[in-house]
Amino acid sequence: MPSNHKIQRYVAPVEETPVAAVDAVKFDGKASSVWGDAWKDMRSRWLTWACLALIALIAVVALFPQLFTSQLPTGAACDIANFRQAPGNGHVLGTDAQGCDVYSRLIYGTRASVTVGLVATILATLVGCVIGAIAGFYGGWLDAVVSRLGDIFFAIPTVLGAIVVMQVMPWERNALTLAIVLAVFGWPQIARIMRGAVLSAKNADYVTASIALGVSRAKILVKHVVPNSLAPVIVIATVSLGVFIVSEASLSFLGLGLPLSTASWGADISAGRATLRTDPALIFWPSLALALTVLAFMTLGDIVRDALDPKARARR
Amino acid sequence: MSEGFTITPDPSREGETPLLQVRDLQITFKTVGGEVNAVRGVSFDLYQGENLAIVGESGSGKSTTATAILDLLAENGRVSGGSALFNGKDLTKLSRKEMEHIRGREIGYVPQDPMSNLNPVWNVGFQVKETIEANTSLRGKAAKDRVIEVLKEAGLPDPASRLRQYPNQFSGGMRQRVLIGIGMSARPKLLVADEPTSALDVTVQRRILDHLGTLTREHGTSVLFITHDLGLAAERAEKLVVMYKGQVVEYGDSKEILADPQHPYTKRLVAAAPSLASRRIQSAVEGKSTPGTVGDAIAVARSEAAQSEVATEAPLISVDNVTKIYNISQGGFRKTQFKAADNVSFQIAKGKTMAIVGESGSGKSTIAKLFLKLEDITSGTMTFDGRDVGSWPKRELLEFRRRVQPVFQDPYGTLDPMRSIGASIAEPLQTHGIGDKASNRKTVAELLEQVSLPADMANRYPNELSGGQRQRVAIARALALKPEVLVLDEAVSALDVLVQAQVLQLLADLQAELDLTYLFITHDLGVVRMVADDVTVMRQGQVVEAASTDEVFENPKEQYTIDLLVAIPGGKFEFGKSA
Repeated sequence: MPSNHKIQRYVAPVEETPVAAVDAVKFDGKASSVWGDAWKDMRSRWLTWACLALIALIAVVALFPQLFTSQLPTGAACDIANFRQAPGNGHVLGTDAQGCDVYSRLIYGTRASVTVGLVATILATLVGCVIGAIAGFYGGWLDAVVSRLGDIFFAIPTVLGAIVVMQVMPWERNALTLAIVLAVFGWPQIARIMRGAVLSAKNADYVTASIALGVSRAKILVKHVVPNSLAPVIVIATVSLGVFIVSEASLSFLGLGLPLSTASWGADISAGRATLRTDPALIFWPSLALALTVLAFMTLGDIVRDALDPKARARR
Repeated sequence: MSEGFTITPDPSREGETPLLQVRDLQITFKTVGGEVNAVRGVSFDLYQGENLAIVGESGSGKSTTATAILDLLAENGRVSGGSALFNGKDLTKLSRKEMEHIRGREIGYVPQDPMSNLNPVWNVGFQVKETIEANTSLRGKAAKDRVIEVLKEAGLPDPASRLRQYPNQFSGGMRQRVLIGIGMSARPKLLVADEPTSALDVTVQRRILDHLGTLTREHGTSVLFITHDLGLAAERAEKLVVMYKGQVVEYGDSKEILADPQHPYTKRLVAAAPSLASRRIQSAVEGKSTPGTVGDAIAVARSEAAQSEVATEAPLISVDNVTKIYNISQGGFRKTQFKAADNVSFQIAKGKTMAIVGESGSGKSTIAKLFLKLEDITSGTMTFDGRDVGSWPKRELLEFRRRVQPVFQDPYGTLDPMRSIGASIAEPLQTHGIGDKASNRKTVAELLEQVSLPADMANRYPNELSGGQRQRVAIARALALKPEVLVLDEAVSALDVLVQAQVLQLLADLQAELDLTYLFITHDLGVVRMVADDVTVMRQGQVVEAASTDEVFENPKEQYTIDLLVAIPGGKFEFGKSA
């Protein structure tokens, strides 16, 4: 170092600090999109596969219950003389107070519970997305009216609202009507989330750029705003699937859900309540099935949320 | 891995122990993809009363180094080697308790973003008092008096009556003064200032840095600046550490480094830094000069010939007495009017670049929105190619949209993250019903090539691209319809200086090649010097000065323009003079 320097001067050897081209394009591996990345992240977690396996099993059971049991859960298959038998003797989990096979009721009950949950979720998500997106995107009086309408439904607890509706129309108690009733009280939550996501997405520069290209408002909503707002909705939808299944169980438990002739977990939990102390197994099995199903969907929702949030990914 | 390098004591500081001695500092982050060495062997000495700046672009590890010194690294980061001796204590080895004692009391910190670093639910006085009570033995009335003193020192006017005000009642500059007050409140020996003014307007930035300089000099406080701005670093610090990819590439006297950069990276950085001494970028296409480095192109002076051909033909764009008034709802039915643009007039000739420059709230972006027909004009006229933009017939709007295209500021917001690059660039073609799928794919490839990106990028998604690359894709999308005018609203402001120079060069080349006219909105006068033929300076909605670029820079008429020019950090330096 020359001595006229007041301060030491150091220049790194170029070999040790090679300078790359400015803003060079470098890709490694295959192209990835937001959803592609999320899936890649989910794929690497065993919990994802556990949830998916459980959900697949539940789906198969719901679609083809006869594959899992040769006995029917209701009607003639039940012999009142055989009531509350211990496991064995052809009944894997024993029989209930009506003499019906507990295991077959569990298997056949899957369909009712899952159908109600799925249909209610799909309906609530569709309605909620459409209404929330329109309210958020167009704003103004439309937003005010729709948001207040949502608030009204939001103020009524889902189960309470469903109790009232199911009470006044006892002749229409089946899985579909139950799902519709649950969706009617469940959509405002989805709509709220969608509205918020749309509000932030619609101010993005790419939306302004599309307006400046001459793309119509409706097309912008469908092509740019909605796809960018779906992530939080999907997360909430998977969670609410679990909530709807529980609601069906609650309503059936109260005797306001599905008719007794239809096997459902809620109805069985309700029936098992009477013998909680003498024969807890009757309430245990349907409760376990319900808990596992809800847990599978909710955990999947959590995994999806983590996978879509890069910060949550980095934390792990 | 680099071994770090040996630091010898500064000859002028013979026998003195440096306040802060950083030696071969290594910082590692744990990520999903494994361990990442963010900082690899940083060393420097900072003496009492000295100012040192760490300069680098985003991702160079400059902020990481500062956060490690403060022991504020993110949870997944750790110091994996080296030391940072502060007054003889190694900061990287102290317990949390010991560090809490030093932080605030002996090392003050001024954070980057004044908007998010004050808690909005507490008044300003409370927040300063909190710091004082944590770091001194003052309580009650004494503490309150100290708060007023601290804020007064930080240059906040009338501090006593402002104690009860909340952060939202303060401007960005005033908030930054509060943060400086908090940082200096316990009379620390060292102040770490992480990009302290990069969110502020240049004139405010200058005032605050001047004040910070005076304050720290008075108390003999050493300052560690973290900045991306080479000019600011040279102006405010005697010593410079230039970082690149986690390593120190150059270290020494800041003026010496700027005047005579040695490392190729520093040379590049110095060449690309926009300053008053910059010249308009010439297109390599036009000048037939060798397409060398970015720096070479900037240095090329404007040819006399190009200047004299300023035609007398009618301007392509003419803005006459345009006013835009916004009605701002004050809650309920009360409304106030806000004049965002007030009687603005200017003309742009075909193939030229007009820069509209101003600080925040000057109305420069409003002009862009009005011209893009994203907002309606309140009064006045804007004509494009002899036709009134305001009364452009609705059914011919697509034609207007085809001829005038925008590029926006935020590289992370400008592309739809859910759509591939190819789909984004093809959108204008589809919207205007041009071409079929096969021909569009070809057009997209051509457009990508035009902005110097590989054609196979079409299948990629924006998340894989850097900010500069995204901005180039946005330019490609804007060019898809072969427009005549590009409205560039702060299009390069968010980019690192090297990438910024590269995009500006691209814009100059495209202008020469396609005979484009640019309306260039910016807050950065250095950039204006590099791209514009004419300048309109705006302030609070009004035009302050309008003239050719050379005239505004060499012979500014209005005081405000002079203020703006003087405020450019490092404006008076001749970058790379002897290089």
